[in-house]
Amino acid sequence: MCSLCGVLGPAGHWSDRASNPRAFKNDDAALTPRRERLHRVAILNRVLAPYGIKVSDWQGSAYLLTTRTGRTEVVDHLQAIWPVAEAMTKRACDPLDPALLGAVTRT
Amino acid sequence: MAAIDTHIPVNLITGFLGSGKTTLLQRLLADPALADTAVLINEFGEVGLDHLLLQHVDEETVILQSGCICCTIRDDLSRAVRELHAKRDAGQVPRFTRLVIETTGLAEPAPIASTLTADPVIRHHFRLSNIVTTVDAVNGALHLAQNPESVQQVAAADRIVLTKTDIAEPAAVEDLRAKLTSLNPTAAVIEAAGDGIDPDQILVRDIQDRKGKRAEIKRWLAAMPHDHNPRTPDDGNVNRHDRGIRAVCLTFEDAIDWTAFGIWLTMLLHAHGEQVLRVKGILNVPGSKTPVAIHGVQHVVHPPVHLDRWPDKDRRSRIVFIVRDLDPAAIETSLAAFNRLAGTQTWAA
Repeated sequence: MCSLCGVLGPAGHWSDRASNPRAFKNDDAALTPRRERLHRVAILNRVLAPYGIKVSDWQGSAYLLTTRTGRTEVVDHLQAIWPVAEAMTKRACDPLDPALLGAVTRT
Repeated sequence: MAAIDTHIPVNLITGFLGSGKTTLLQRLLADPALADTAVLINEFGEVGLDHLLLQHVDEETVILQSGCICCTIRDDLSRAVRELHAKRDAGQVPRFTRLVIETTGLAEPAPIASTLTADPVIRHHFRLSNIVTTVDAVNGALHLAQNPESVQQVAAADRIVLTKTDIAEPAAVEDLRAKLTSLNPTAAVIEAAGDGIDPDQILVRDIQDRKGKRAEIKRWLAAMPHDHNPRTPDDGNVNRHDRGIRAVCLTFEDAIDWTAFGIWLTMLLHAHGEQVLRVKGILNVPGSKTPVAIHGVQHVVHPPVHLDRWPDKDRRSRIVFIVRDLDPAAIETSLAAFNRLAGTQTWAA
């Protein structure tokens, strides 16, 4: 666990800076696991807004996905978000979808 | 999490039926430098292998819930690797420092890469070093034209070893080389005929290897044409490879936010993982003075690799995708849009 921000040990996903400290040796010390996580949640909310899904962090160890009707799912890591979001909305999560790109660009 | 360079490197040797995988392996294992290499093979072929640490793997697969072919977990392989490691720890087999897995001729490499990263025990002790694909210089062009497995194997390769060049027509070898480079410009193409075969070049000098890292990155970058974005290396070549597989080189002037990139690539691989055969590149990441190298095979993305310095004066992010039936312009537009999202977000304190 990060003693500064309380985020639990790295999940080991390739996309986590905190899990790959050797790859980011010259990093600014201010980029704590907590800040990275909040940054990720902020971007995820932009991406998933067109699907009607809100994302929030849960204890630095999971993500909560919530639809407009209040349905909530807990997801362990980034890669697992997409199939869960698809199951919740019955819509394909495709970053090449022009409609998605148009929507996230407008917001 | 153990540091990545303490992991036992795993080389995957793949190649179509009769392309000379076992012969290559036999020659490599004759080198004293590879004496402490363990070997797992899928099937015993006509070429006999006499090696101290040889084990046979039966075919048995488990499909993950996603149902994706490249996320198939090879349960048998997973078990075999874990057992081998347990025996190593218990002193029942010599303390091998490298593992070579030889696949069947029809195997796709991605499920094996997936197996090595999906099993928590395995991924804490092993890492995928590189994928070596043998291509028969006599029949390789035919295999590529008729068998999608052969194309997948070449597209996934880090090293392509051309076999039987001594009995093939020189012009045919050159044509095949051109096809292979067109299909996978980031892989080194090495001819196996003749006396010398360098295990360092084929197995050891990978992206994680201190001595091999720079050469590996230079090879990736050499595959990327300058000042044309996005494009494929064989633009304008009437002999472009068919089956909709192409290498796409993207260059980004702006630094790429690592978090946005992670979100984008996981989403892309979720939607199109079976069409993204390989990703390799270096990223200019905010907060890091030197570039970060990334590489992946279909849904499997390896941990990012730190580079001590930029390989040249160019500070742009450069990525090669080997894709099937995906529009390069759409990939570029999408990544740029996700990256802009990061730019509009303030890093929360």
